[in-house]
Amino acid sequence: MSTPENTPENEPQEGFVDPGLADHRPRRADVEPKANKRAERQVAALFGLSVVGTVIALWAYFTKDAGDGGDVATIQSVNMWIGLGIALAMAGIGFGAIHWAKTLMRDHEMVEERHELRSSDEAREGAIQNLKDGAEDSGIGSTGTKRRSVLKGSLITAVAIAPLAVLVPQIGNMGGDWNISKFRHTLWGPGVRLARDPDGELIKASDVTMGSVFHVIPEGLNDLDHHHKMVEKAKAVVLLVRLDPADMKPVAGREDWSFDGIIAYSKICTHVGCPVALYEQQTHHLLCPCHQSTFDVADGAKVVFGPAKRPLPQLPIAVDDEGYIVAQNDFDEPIGASYWDRLKGDGSSADVEEGSH
Amino acid sequence: MGAKVNSAAAGTANYVDERTSIGGFVKFFARKLFPDHWSFMLGEIALYAFIILLLSGVFLTAFFVPSMTEVHYEGPYETMHGVAMTEAFASTLKTSFEVPGGLLIRQIHHWSALLFVAAIMTHMCRVFFTGAFRKPRELNWLIGFSLMVLALAAGFTGYSLPDDVLSGNGLRIIDGVIKGIPLIGTYISYWLFGGEYPGVDIIPRLFTAHILIVPALILALIGLHLFLVFLHKHTQYPGGGKTHKNVVGLPLFPVYTAKAGGFFFVVFAIVALVASVFTINPVWNYGPYDPSPVSAGTQPDWYILFVDGALRLMPGWLFGLPLEWEILGYTISWNILIPSLIIPGIFFAIIALYPWIEAWATGDKGERHVLDRPRNVPVRTGIGVAMIMFYVLLVIEGSNDIVASLFHLSLNDITIFLQWAIFIIPPLSFWITKRICMGLQRKDRELVLHGHESGTIVRHENGEYIEVHTPLDEQEVWLRVNYPNHKPLEIADEFNDRGVRRKGYKWDRFKQKLSRFYYEERVEPVTWEEYQEALHHHDHGPSAQGEAEAAEAQQADAQLTNEWDKQDKAGAADK
Repeated sequence: MSTPENTPENEPQEGFVDPGLADHRPRRADVEPKANKRAERQVAALFGLSVVGTVIALWAYFTKDAGDGGDVATIQSVNMWIGLGIALAMAGIGFGAIHWAKTLMRDHEMVEERHELRSSDEAREGAIQNLKDGAEDSGIGSTGTKRRSVLKGSLITAVAIAPLAVLVPQIGNMGGDWNISKFRHTLWGPGVRLARDPDGELIKASDVTMGSVFHVIPEGLNDLDHHHKMVEKAKAVVLLVRLDPADMKPVAGREDWSFDGIIAYSKICTHVGCPVALYEQQTHHLLCPCHQSTFDVADGAKVVFGPAKRPLPQLPIAVDDEGYIVAQNDFDEPIGASYWDRLKGDGSSADVEEGSH
Repeated sequence: MGAKVNSAAAGTANYVDERTSIGGFVKFFARKLFPDHWSFMLGEIALYAFIILLLSGVFLTAFFVPSMTEVHYEGPYETMHGVAMTEAFASTLKTSFEVPGGLLIRQIHHWSALLFVAAIMTHMCRVFFTGAFRKPRELNWLIGFSLMVLALAAGFTGYSLPDDVLSGNGLRIIDGVIKGIPLIGTYISYWLFGGEYPGVDIIPRLFTAHILIVPALILALIGLHLFLVFLHKHTQYPGGGKTHKNVVGLPLFPVYTAKAGGFFFVVFAIVALVASVFTINPVWNYGPYDPSPVSAGTQPDWYILFVDGALRLMPGWLFGLPLEWEILGYTISWNILIPSLIIPGIFFAIIALYPWIEAWATGDKGERHVLDRPRNVPVRTGIGVAMIMFYVLLVIEGSNDIVASLFHLSLNDITIFLQWAIFIIPPLSFWITKRICMGLQRKDRELVLHGHESGTIVRHENGEYIEVHTPLDEQEVWLRVNYPNHKPLEIADEFNDRGVRRKGYKWDRFKQKLSRFYYEERVEPVTWEEYQEALHHHDHGPSAQGEAEAAEAQQADAQLTNEWDKQDKAGAADK
């Protein structure tokens, strides 16, 4: 049943008449028995090709030697042969079926009427009546003799808060200890020596030649278990470079944070936390390969290009009695991406103790 | 033997039907008609890619260990000997190197994931540009949109599982983005990672999302999506005999069983071929995740590029003003929020709500089952192209380092160029597309009124040269004149006779403005009067005139040929 305003006509311009379906043009296989036979043979041949593909895949699996699994090229070649077999096996079936449909099955289009999706008025009335009856039976309907508003209210309240009983313990457990002030602290602290990433070899000031760059981790990081090592490394990695002190612009309050042109910055980008690993010696620029924030190492690691806003945090360093480079302290701000309460919290006094043991 | 098979089949059918009444369903489905068009198979590709993902994914779960427990690699791949890595990474190596065919299945899985998202997006474009989202299909558009979002989620959770350097850095970016959410960002990060990044929980959690939650939702929504396709019956392209009240097509059994069924195998074949020849995600070259190293030119999977591009595009400082604010000691990172959450949020919201936006402008309450030719809705087509351009610009920016090295350009120049282009190119492409569409509509009018150019020039006796135009056949005329000619909405006055402001006027006014934006400027289809006038132009219309001219031209041509032949013969005789 269709109402006029819900199912429009094609809105033809007045006067034009729908010419109806275009004439059906028979295919060659429809009229020529030879072409028909040929199409049938082609389809059968394609299915046959599929069998060949299956044989190739099985042959490759059983006879091709992948060696001991140590040689990537050999493994890739075995996989390639299995894959080519699968591809042929599938393509044969697929193209065979499609060719069959296109050449031999019906291609004369048929017409079917659509029915409007809207239910009939009767059905709608019936549905509403059924719901009303149900509501009355339960007593929650306003048409009932008793309104039962207490019942309704208590049900809604119970259903609304019951999920808390499930969700709070679940979600409560998922965040570990929820102590977000851990972002503020790294393994660095007074006297922690700088070591090479990844082998942990300590760095002497005399090793750092002009223009060189070191990827640095704190001493002792590699002794941690894997979990803690990853967590700490994600925060503590540092890039150490040596510039000509004449090129460096001093940053107020940090005059003694570097040593003879040797200067260390956090390697974690202040944008969204990628490692800022690409150093260009000529320009003293550090580039983050993820989103191309560029920092000028000679000028307090200020942002010169890209999406980051803040300079990289600087690690204050000094040289100890044995000539090793050591940290003077932890970073004076949380490293990495900005977050809502990064400037709030316990300050950097706690991490002095934490970092020193 | 045939008789035996037949009676066995009948017996089975009877057995099943008596217990399920399946006969009714078979009667309903078997000869259901589907219109035929190549663009209708884009959604099929998505469906088949998903089936391939399920098949290959089940195989992969047999070998993958979703654990972040540390192991030292002792497998056959020598480069990695003794390297500390998580079990997730080690089992990925094992699947690749020690399970025969394992690498192939990994590659099939990864390639079909890329294809899955690509097919969904192309399918969405088809539905968008042909107006297949109009009543009664708005809800199915929303389901399809949700499937697109879930496909992105499925892709990203899967990409992160091997725990290699690339996927780890991808997770770190996600962590950075989450932390940028005001107020609760840090807590969401803790909730997701089970504490500080990266922790030991993220891989198992992503695994559950990737193999259970997301695919279950996708499967359920695909079921709903297809159910509605059956219920609505498929849309059809315009043409003679095709109306909003019928379906013209071929029956599900046997034609589409063979075509669509066969097409699944073709998609599988292509994925298998690509997977066996082109290596993707060779994690053994990247190495296990370590927060420190990263290399230049690394890319996420293509469908994430637009977010990555937006993150690259957004400057930290704009005209000397910081885009990270510190207010009352709290930090708001607009340089993260805008590109990664606000822009994609608005972009996706427009996509999701588009059917309703257009319905407000059109004021159309009827069911629409005949598709639009994109030219006939110039504003919609323009909006679609503008949104695609916006997306593509972000994708280009997402691979700007690759673009820079391929074309020897400066990375910074590309970013600066795109920072301007993102504001200029989408509106410009909207305007150009709209103009092209209207040009095509005018061309349609021209064709209907004057016929096709035949390329034959005829000289009249009075010396006038004219080109012969072949008239359109009735099918073509119908195709080019028969489209909805929407006009801007007319709305009731703001005040009634007694000067009382009526309710809902503002909303109507908004719809009217929207409607003017869509339909104020339009090319109307040829009317019957115009057509008749053209037919009777100079006493013979395009058809009569054209036929006469064509006949004349043919006659002249035959005469010429005849004369040349004579000359040739004469020439031959001379020699």
